[in-house]
Amino acid sequence: MKIVMAIIKPFKLDEVRDALTGIGVHGMTVTEVKGYGRQKGHTEIYRGAEYAVSFLPKIKIEVAVSTSQVDKTVEAITSAAKTGQIGDGKIFVFSLDNAVRIRTGETDAAAL
Amino acid sequence: MTLKFPIRAGLTALAAIGAFLVLADSGFAQDAAAGTGPAAAAEPTVNKGDNAWMLVSTVLVLLMTIPGLALFYGGLARSKNMLSVLAHVFYCVCIVSLIWVIYGYSLTFTGGSAYIGGFAKAFLAGITPESKAATFSVGANISEIVYLCFQMTFAAITPALIIGAFAERFKFSALALFIPLWVTFVYFPMAHMVWYWAGPDAIDTAVKALAAATDDAAKKTAQEALDAVLADAGQIFSWGAIDFAGGTVVHINAGIAGLVGALLVGKRTGYGKELMTPHSLTLTMVGASLLWVGWFGFNAGSNLEATGLAGLAMLNTFVATAAAAMSWMFAEWMVKGKPSLLGAVSGAVAGLVAVTPAAGFSGAMGAIVLGLVVGIVCLFFCTTVKNALGYDDAFDVFGVHCVGGIVGAIGTGILVNPALGGTGIYDYVAGKVADYDFVTQVIAQCKGVLLTLVWSGIGSAILYKVVDVLIGLRPSVEKEREGLDITDHGERAYTM
Repeated sequence: MKIVMAIIKPFKLDEVRDALTGIGVHGMTVTEVKGYGRQKGHTEIYRGAEYAVSFLPKIKIEVAVSTSQVDKTVEAITSAAKTGQIGDGKIFVFSLDNAVRIRTGETDAAAL
Repeated sequence: MTLKFPIRAGLTALAAIGAFLVLADSGFAQDAAAGTGPAAAAEPTVNKGDNAWMLVSTVLVLLMTIPGLALFYGGLARSKNMLSVLAHVFYCVCIVSLIWVIYGYSLTFTGGSAYIGGFAKAFLAGITPESKAATFSVGANISEIVYLCFQMTFAAITPALIIGAFAERFKFSALALFIPLWVTFVYFPMAHMVWYWAGPDAIDTAVKALAAATDDAAKKTAQEALDAVLADAGQIFSWGAIDFAGGTVVHINAGIAGLVGALLVGKRTGYGKELMTPHSLTLTMVGASLLWVGWFGFNAGSNLEATGLAGLAMLNTFVATAAAAMSWMFAEWMVKGKPSLLGAVSGAVAGLVAVTPAAGFSGAMGAIVLGLVVGIVCLFFCTTVKNALGYDDAFDVFGVHCVGGIVGAIGTGILVNPALGGTGIYDYVAGKVADYDFVTQVIAQCKGVLLTLVWSGIGSAILYKVVDVLIGLRPSVEKEREGLDITDHGERAYTM
C-alpha cells in the first residue's frame, strides 16, 4: 500500500477528484495549505506597508491506494492538475505499513 | 456646530429692525417677554422640525462610532486582536456617555473661564424637557436635552478615534483608566475652548440694549454688557477661528493624542519584520461606509437647525469625501501601480475629516478641491512620512485625522471666502456677513490648530505617563503574541 500525497492548485481540486473517482479511488483527505516552490509569490500593499507574500495557497490531497493502483493514481492526478504553468504542484509517494477501518476493524487492503 | 454664522435673511432683517426696537419675526414675537421695556428680547422657541433633525443626527453620530469606526479599525487589525479593538471602541462610547452627563456637559457648556466651564450643570442639574439650548439663529432654540445628547456622541467618538494609533498592544485595564482621564483633562477643555459661546440670543439682546441706550451713561453700561457677552466664550472661539463640526476638537485633538500614544507605548512586537496585514478589508469597507453615512449627522447635524445650510453641509460631505477617495486611489495607482480598495476608503475618511470644519462654510466646488488635496496629503503622510520616521501608528490616526484635520482647518479659513464660493462669516454684532480677510482668518485658524496640538499633545503625554506608572500601558510580549482577544478578554472573534 502507498500514500499518494499531491500538492495542487486550489482550482484544480474538483478535476482531480473526478479523475480519481474515474479510476476507482474512493475517498481522499484534503487540506488547505500554504507553500512555495519555483513559483514566485506576490506583493501586497496596505497603505504604506509592503509585504512580499511568498507562501501561496495550495491544496494538499492524500489518498491511500494499493500498490498496484499507484501508477494509475499518479497519472490521473498529473493529467488532471496540469496547466503547464509554473506552480502546478508536486506529487509524493510514501510506503504505507498498515490501515484500519475504525467502524469494522477491517485491516489493510480491505480498509482502503 | 462651532462658530457657524448662518446667513439668514430673517436674521439680517431682524438685526436691522432691532435698531428700531421692533421684533419683526412673528415666530417669536408672540412670546416676547412682557413689560421689560422696548429692548426686551423675545423668548426663543423650540422648533419641532429642528428638534426632529437633531434627534436623528444624534443617533447617526452614534452609528459612526458603533459599529462604523469599530469595524473600520477592527478590519485593519489582525484577527487575534479583533475583539480587543471592538471592546476598546465600545468602552469609549459607554464610559464617556456616563461621564458626560455626570460632569462632562457642565465642564464643556457652562461659562467659567475661556479654557474650561464649571460644575453648574453637573448631574444635569436644572435641565428638564423644557430646557432650551441656543442654535445659530436668534429666536430659534432646540431642546437642551437633545443638544446634550448630540454633543455626547461627539465626546464619545473622539477618544475612540485615538485607540487606532496604539491598537494591538494596549492593555484594556490601561484604556479603562486612560479614557476617563483624557476626556476630562483634554477633550472637555478643548470642546469648551472651541464651542462654548453665549449664543446668538444673548448677543442680539445686548446689541439691541446698546442701540436703545439714550444717554452716555446708559450707552457705557450697555457696551460693557455687550463686551461681557462677547467675552463669555472659549479661547479659540474668541480668536475667531471657524470650525463647523469639530475638525479641531475631534480630529486634530484625537490625531495628535494618537501619535503621542503610538510613540510612548512603542511599536507592536515584530513591527516591520512580521506580516501585519489587515484581517478583513471587507469589514473595513463596511465600517468606513457606516462612518460616511453617520457623518451626515455629524456635519449636517452640527448646523443645529434643519435649514438649507444643513443641506450645504450634507452636499459638501458627499463631494469632498468622494473627491478625496478618488485622489488617494488614483495617486496610489500612479505611484504603487494598483488602485486599492483600502486606499479608496482611507481617502474617503480623510475627506470626511477635512470637510468637517468646512462643511457649512465652503461652497461645493471648494469642498471638491479640499477633498482632492487632502487625499494626496494624507496618502503622503501615511506612507512616505510614516515609513521615514518609523513610528507605529497602527491604523494611521495621526496621518488621517490629525493631518487631514489640519488641512481642513486651514482650508476652511480659505474656502469660507465668498469670492471662492464660501458663505462668509456672519457677524452677529453688525448683523451682516463680515468682510473676509485672508490673512486674519488663516492666522486665526493656525492659532486654533497650534493651541490644539500643544494642549492635546502635552496633556495626552502626561496622562499616558500617569497611567503607565499606575498600571502599565502594555501587555507582556507573550500576551501580545498570543493576541489580546484571548489574554485580555478571554474570547475569540472567529471560531472555525
